[in-house]
Formats: sequence, C-alpha cells, structure tokens
Amino acid sequence: MAITLTQPAAERVKSFLANRGKGVGLRLGVKTMGCSGMSYVLEFVDEINPEDEVFEDSDVKIIVDKKSLVYLDGTELDYTRDGLNEGFQFNNPKEKAACGCGESFTV
Amino acid sequence: MALIQIAEPGESTTAHQHRLAVGIDLGTTNSLVASVRSGDVNTLPDPDGQHLLPSVVHYGEDGVAVGAKAQQFSITDPLNTIVSVKRFMGRGIEDIASKDAHYSYDFAETESTVPRIKTRTGDVSAIEVSAEILKTLKRRAVETLGDELNGAVITVPAYFDDAQRQATKDAAKLADIKVLRLLNEPTAAAVAYGLDTGNEGVIAVYDLGGGTFDISILRLNKGVFEVLATGGDSSLGGDDFDYEIAQWIIAQANISNTDTAATKRSIMQQARIAKEALAEAESIEINIDVEGGQWQGVLDRSVLKELLTPLVKRTLMSCRRALRDADIDKADIKEVVMVGGSTRTLLVREMVAEFFECELLTSIDPDKVVATGAALQADVLAGNKPDDEMLLLDVIPLSLGIETMGGLVEKIIYRNTAIPVAKAQDFTTYKDGQTAMAVHVLQGERELVSDSRSLARFELRGFPPQVAGAARIRVTFQVDADGLLIVSAREENSGVEASIDVKPSYGLSDAEIESMLRESIDFAEDDMHLRSLREQQVDAERVIEALDAALAVDAEQLLSQEERSNIMVARQALVDVKDQNDKEQIKQSIKQLEVVCDEYVARRMNSNIKNAMQGHSIEEYASDSEAEES
Repeated sequence: MAITLTQPAAERVKSFLANRGKGVGLRLGVKTMGCSGMSYVLEFVDEINPEDEVFEDSDVKIIVDKKSLVYLDGTELDYTRDGLNEGFQFNNPKEKAACGCGESFTV
Repeated sequence: MALIQIAEPGESTTAHQHRLAVGIDLGTTNSLVASVRSGDVNTLPDPDGQHLLPSVVHYGEDGVAVGAKAQQFSITDPLNTIVSVKRFMGRGIEDIASKDAHYSYDFAETESTVPRIKTRTGDVSAIEVSAEILKTLKRRAVETLGDELNGAVITVPAYFDDAQRQATKDAAKLADIKVLRLLNEPTAAAVAYGLDTGNEGVIAVYDLGGGTFDISILRLNKGVFEVLATGGDSSLGGDDFDYEIAQWIIAQANISNTDTAATKRSIMQQARIAKEALAEAESIEINIDVEGGQWQGVLDRSVLKELLTPLVKRTLMSCRRALRDADIDKADIKEVVMVGGSTRTLLVREMVAEFFECELLTSIDPDKVVATGAALQADVLAGNKPDDEMLLLDVIPLSLGIETMGGLVEKIIYRNTAIPVAKAQDFTTYKDGQTAMAVHVLQGERELVSDSRSLARFELRGFPPQVAGAARIRVTFQVDADGLLIVSAREENSGVEASIDVKPSYGLSDAEIESMLRESIDFAEDDMHLRSLREQQVDAERVIEALDAALAVDAEQLLSQEERSNIMVARQALVDVKDQNDKEQIKQSIKQLEVVCDEYVARRMNSNIKNAMQGHSIEEYASDSEAEES
C-alpha cells in the first residue's frame, strides 16, 4: 500500500504548508458524490485521526483514512499546469472512468 | 481537466461545488484580480505573465480591446480609447463638466442622467466601460481557476458615495459577476497585512497611485474598520513625478523642440525608467536622442529629492488635514500601510516615515496589496474558511438622513456606523389636516439640503388628517452589507406605509440594466457572425502567405507559365474578396485556390521526397524497415 508524490507536487505542498504556518501534512481522500460516483479530497491536516494511515514521501506526510485508501492505493499526486490553470492531479491506477471534467471518477 | 487545490481541513467541497471567489481591485489606472488557492493568496497573471491590467478600453473597428492592447490606441485614437473611467463612475454630466474639464471625450446628449461617451460603436456609459474591464478580469480568473466564479469582492475608494458604489455594482452585474461585497480600498489594504486580526488602534493608509493620491485614517474597533477621515488629491501621482523628471531632462539637455508626441513620450519614458531605477541605485545615466546627436546625463538621488520633494510635501499636507478631520494626534497612528506603485520611490517612504514617525508596512507589493486583501475577504465570504475566522465588517462612509422643514438635514444613520444596520426615527406633521409627507433622502455631512447629495424622494400619502404634531411617522433606514439603502416610512396611527429602494440618481435604473443585458443577448448572433467572418479572413491571409512563400522557392522549376498564371488568377480572386464582408465568398475562393494548386502541391511533395532520398539507395530504406520490424 502506498501513495506517492511527484517532485513538483512535493515542493508545492511544502511551500503551501510553510505559507500556512501550521499543519502536519496533506490529506488525500475520496467522497461519494459528484457526477461520476466519487470525488477527490485534498486538504491540509492539523490533526491525525486514529483511523488514518500515514505515508511519507519526499519529507511530506500524506494522510489517508482507511476507507479512502482502498480507492486510492497506488495513486501518485502530481502538480501540473494547464494553460493559466495550475493545480494538483490524482494519477490513480484504480480509476476506471472519470466525468468529462475529471473531478469525479469511478473505480 | 480540472485541477485540484488544497482545502482547509474539513472544508473540501464535492465535485462541481467549488466556492471560487476572487478579489478585484478596479483601479483608476490599473486593475487586478487575486484569489486564494491552497491557502495561498496571489494576484492572477494573464497568459503573458502580466498581473496589472491597465484600466483602458478601446472601442475599435473590429471589437473591444482592454488593457495593454487598448493602451496602444490612446495616442492614435484617443476619442475611442477610454482611460481613467473610474473618475466618471456614478457621476452626472454637470459633475464631470465642472470638475474634469480637461477630459476630451465627446459626451452624447441623452435624456438619462447617466453620461454617455460617444464612441465609434455607439454611446457607452462609465458603467459599461468598467464592465468591459471586469469581464476581462473575470475571464482571466475563470481560465486560471478552471471553474465558474462564485463571486467577487470588489474594492472602491473609501470616499465613494452611494451613487458611485451602486454604479460599481451595476458594472459587475453587467459583467455577470456576483458581488459578495464592496470593500473600501484602505480596508482591503489593512486586511492584506492582517491588521484586522491584530490589536485595536488607529492606522493610516497612504495610497499613491499613477494619477491619484488618497489618505485614509482608519480605526479598528471590535473587528470593525471605521473610516475616521479620508483625504487626498485626485490629480497627483507617479505620473507627476515622471513629468518633473522629464522637465529636468528637457532643461538639462537643452531640448527646444518637444512638440512632437514621439519626443514627449520617449522623454517621459526615460523619466519613468530613471525614477524606477533610483529605487535601487544611487544614480542613473540617461541617454536621450536630441537634434544632432545624443545627450548623456546623470540623475542621482539628491537631484531626484529636489525635484520630487514639493510633490511629496503636497501629499503630506493632505495627511495633516485628514488627521485634523479625524481629530487624531499623529502619535496615535500605530502603523502606516503603503499602497500604490509610487510608494516604491524611496523619497516617498522616507518622508512619510518621518512625518508619521512610525513603521511603514511595505512588505507586500504596493500594486497588489488592495487586490490581495479583497481576495482574502472573498475567500471568507465564499465560505472557504472555518466559522471562527472573523468576518470583517465595514462602515457607511457618509451619513444618511432626510430633509426636514427649512431645508435642513436630519441625520438618521451617522457615518462610520457598522453595516448592515437599520435605524428608525419618528417624525410628525407640520400642518393641521396634513395627509401626506414627502421624504427626501440625503447623504452627506452638511446640515443644509443644498449642500448634501440627494439620493431619492418618495411620498407617504393617504394617512388620515390630524392636528399638526399628532401623526406619528416612523422613517426607517436600512443599509445592507454592501452599503445600499432601503428607506421606508409608516404612519403609526393608520398603518399607511411607503418605501423605496434607493436608486442613486446617477446609477442605472433596472430597466436600463435589463435593456443592456438584453442587447448583449440580442446581438450575440451578430457577434458570432462577425467572429466567423474574421476567422475566414485570417484563414485567407494565411493561405496567401503560405502560397507566396512556396512560389518564391520552387515555382520556377515546378510550374509551367500557364499553370503559374492560373494560380495567380485564383490568388488574386481571393485577395479581392478577403477584405469584403462575405464570409461564404471568402470560403469559396480559398477552396478554388486550393483546387488550382492541387497539382502544384503534389509536385512539391514529390520533389521534397526526391530531395530527401537523393544519395540513398533503396536498400538502405529496406534494411531500416526490417530493423524496425525485428
């Protein structure tokens, strides 16, 4: 079981955390809802809960709750640029289909 | 493909439910848009990396241009290039004529009190021009954030009255932007520095832009920024600095002929470069082309100080006046927030620090600080922050009241009252048997109606006749979070009531806004046709250019005299139609030219292949492909 970050993603997360001035890491998760079944969650973490799994990659703590982990195992989080827009992207091997916008997906 | 930003713990939204909000600094000279992404606030650049959008709109033959693209026309096509439109917001024709006689636009004669500027595409109001700027910023935000906007916080000067605020909201409505809140510019700057969460106390916001100077004295009290006083000079800014330096260059270099626009512009540009360089360097060399050669000179900080001191002193006089108005001692000012590009000039910082004898806040880019504060506020208002974050309150800038007998103003809500707010006051009748009362809503600090600004009038009619002084008429003023006003009046004995949403006299009526919105829909089809015509024209130009380039290379070898002249005839046919307005004709001509050129294209291709293969044997290709297969 593993979740990884690409180099650009790791750097971004570190700088965002530093800017924010607090927080222990980054939460990845899934929420049911969205137009194609599930949608991704990406949040700062101030407190780690007992049901969380913690991974570490490039000095960044990645926190995933156990329920989400089944959908996210093997995911690589990337930071990319698309025209003027820039942000994080989930490269999830379990993702079978995504809605046109890519914001929600099914496994 | 939607890209994802990091949310605060527990604040993640589900897909398509993002609460994207931006802060917009709609400035006189430049405008900006900023947003909070992954907890980080930044102004958003355009595709060329420019953060500042010059607040210039050009109404050209082939459409509306905004920003740097529009600025190019300010000299060649001044009547259709609108600059500094913010100065006209919410103002009537008389206002503009009396205060800004030097503006050289043609104003159209209209029945409406909203002044309309004549341009080649029709008459436009300041609101419509501002809407073009807002649309451009909105497009940039949507492209950058990758989703629709939930809303925006737009900043306005602290001294903007109701009419000017309403005009700003109307412009946003026209640009299809939901206004979460109008925020005072100095308040936004203070928010950017986090002063809203800091200790209570009095701060000054010193805002020196390209063409305007504003000083605001604010007091933070229980999470509310009160505007104690504002002041400034609407025609003093960095451009005046450039002008002084330019005058010095002209005198030093002995330039006698400065009549041409090009000379003037180039000297002004040199002056600006010198000013900016002296923020870093002790001195700078200036080279100017003059008649019969070049002039070379050195401008150092001490000369610059001499040149600019009188101008900076003028700003400090405004500061002194604002302090007096606010009844605040200089020593009570805790901090001074520096806003506007011209506060980068070292002399300004030195003299302001000396005047206020306290620390200056300069760590945030002075051009971006207002937009930054607006974005932080927008993020809170859109609900992206936990509830315990303080929601900043604002105050009304000018007192609101009604006219009473003798042309006097009775104030009902005093300036600096935190909004939203509702206040009521009882009035009575003046004459026996009086059955109606006129309510005249006014704004301003003065006592006489004639010195105040009239916002609205309405009548409360049909209450029963009573002796003078017996009727009890309760007038209620309600101001919403944007500083907009609803006034109602009710005669308590009979229950007769009347109310009015204050439509400031210089704002647009709903009907006017609606008709403008309708126009944009009605003309959508025309706009679409125009666009596809333009696309065909561009295509035609591309085809002709490619053909000419090809002909220049190998027409001699590949084409007979006759074939060549056939191609030239078809090419000429396309040239003839491409600038006309018949899109189908252009399409046809492109097609015809392509048919005529078919054989030529085929021959070019063959000859290219032949050239490429020359000197290689067939076996080489065969062995290559075998290698690939194995």
